[in-house]
Amino acid sequence: MRVRDLVSETVVSLTANKGRSALTILGIVVGIAAVIVMVALGQGTQTSITSTIESIGSNLVMVTPGAPSRGMMSAGATDDGELTLGDARAIAALDGVVAVAPQASSSAVVSGLNDATMASITGTSEAYPKIRNVKVGQGLWFTRSHDSAASKVAVLGADTSDTLFGAGSNPVGQRIRIDGVSFTVLGVTDAAASGGMNGADVGVYVPLSTLQRYLSGQDTLSLIHVEAQSQEVMDKVSASIDQALLARHAIADSADADFSIVTQKDLLSTVSTVTTLMTVFLGAVAGISLLVGGIGIMNMMLTTVTERIQEIGLRRAVGAKRRDISSQFLSEAVALTVLGGIIGLALGWGVSAVVTALSTLTAEVSWETALLAVAVSTGIGILFGYYPARSAARLDAIEALRYQ
Amino acid sequence: MGPIVHVRDLMKTYVSGDTETHALRGVSFEVRKGEFVALMGPSGSGKSTLMNLLGLLDTPTSGSYQLGGVDVHSLGDDALADARSSLIGFVFQSFNLLKRATVMRNVMLPMIYSEVPERERLPRALAALEAAGLEPSLHAKRSNQLSGGQMQRVAIARALVNDPALILADEPTGNLDTATGEFILKTFENLRDQGRTIVLITHEADVARHADRTLHIRDGLMYEESDAA
Repeated sequence: MRVRDLVSETVVSLTANKGRSALTILGIVVGIAAVIVMVALGQGTQTSITSTIESIGSNLVMVTPGAPSRGMMSAGATDDGELTLGDARAIAALDGVVAVAPQASSSAVVSGLNDATMASITGTSEAYPKIRNVKVGQGLWFTRSHDSAASKVAVLGADTSDTLFGAGSNPVGQRIRIDGVSFTVLGVTDAAASGGMNGADVGVYVPLSTLQRYLSGQDTLSLIHVEAQSQEVMDKVSASIDQALLARHAIADSADADFSIVTQKDLLSTVSTVTTLMTVFLGAVAGISLLVGGIGIMNMMLTTVTERIQEIGLRRAVGAKRRDISSQFLSEAVALTVLGGIIGLALGWGVSAVVTALSTLTAEVSWETALLAVAVSTGIGILFGYYPARSAARLDAIEALRYQ
Repeated sequence: MGPIVHVRDLMKTYVSGDTETHALRGVSFEVRKGEFVALMGPSGSGKSTLMNLLGLLDTPTSGSYQLGGVDVHSLGDDALADARSSLIGFVFQSFNLLKRATVMRNVMLPMIYSEVPERERLPRALAALEAAGLEPSLHAKRSNQLSGGQMQRVAIARALVNDPALILADEPTGNLDTATGEFILKTFENLRDQGRTIVLITHEADVARHADRTLHIRDGLMYEESDAA
């Protein structure tokens, strides 16, 4: 039997019972669409988290006080370790380090012309905008001399500025009060230009020495941002920071370190691991519906075989070999699942587009996912079509002809 | 002209558990090219078994069977399928058409298994339909829109389309009224006149009368051969 005849017989058989063929592929359509949407959501989430992490700077290494086991969660906690400006200066002197921005944080009531709000106050250096990829929209960032003089100047996050002074107003040169201390507004961040994802649009930034002198009264740091020269030297920089701080803190064993070092790369790989796991999990849950769809195909094909026993007998009588019969039924099953897969792919793509457009979630259908969907639906056709096709081919021609 | 069908000592025994059923106990006969032979016997006589053997749907327990000069009694499954496709044309009591397919598609069906080149299919199907006496206006109809007589003509056309050595008709008038049945039998006579070889299986003497010769079978044995008028 020629392939062309096989295709033609398949088309005729399936279109002879359009209603049933449509209902049968519905299971596959829903299954494939569910897998596509779930995987798309997983991949979209991965992309958006990754770009958030990338937007906080480039080749960034972050040093926080506290033992590594407590990781990022202990940022700001100083109970079992402290970082000081001296540590930050020591890091700045290391090879491969381009810039260092020490940071101390506190929170306080901030009042402007329009309103007052509780805001996080970040004390840092002039290097912060470059390292953290923060852009200043209106006005300027404070300078090194503002820091050394502990000047009472502040840069506002764009959202915080809107709250304090009203949307669209220019607060540069205006005065604000932080915990009752009067500050001059030097500039406002531009959230959009900063990537919009690094949190630079909320809070108030002041020089580190100003924060320590007027607001927090402490000289410890909650975080040291370090920009390495390149992606390649990040691990080396991370290791030399470790050594330098161990020496400064008089700790012999790296395992007893009272500080933690996290690189942007570490963050990305952690996130990637988590989101990949989530994608696989979501896909697997949706895959169950695909399995159910496949069982539906098998069920329908078995019913078809029973209904067409006489036809099978006739085909055998006019010269069909057993493999011609099995090829035909297998081809019908695969045609159904592939068609279902393609419709499911279109549906899944459409649902993903709607989800992306109407919600804060991002669903990305990749080419790999699309190809996988078609491959999986073909596989399901073969897997679940095999048994009915084999049953059809094994029928005895004489009994099949006689079957009423 | 030598025989198209040459059967010697054909035996078929079915074994089911401990019981052996001897459906054919040694049957020998010949059918010459261009002959219209009736194979007659009551139910349980072994005529269905003989038809299945003649039609290459089954293999004998022992004995030899040559069809169109080919020794077919020992062919394997695939070779039997090929032989059925090229040597046999079946006509069944219940027509066995693909109900939702058109007349043309039904007639062309055997050609997809014998892999006839596509451009030859339509002319061959048209010639077969003409030989079977089906009006051209019905060619595009679906087979379930036809009357019983028309369906049997489609089945005959399907049997002719691969130009088989033997047409095997199993009770072809069994589902038809007498008048329609007569027309179908006349069609077989015409085909015989065109040189076709036909074996018709029946249990009715009225039907067998249309054949040149009748072979009687009873209890698995061929007990008489008589030349019909």
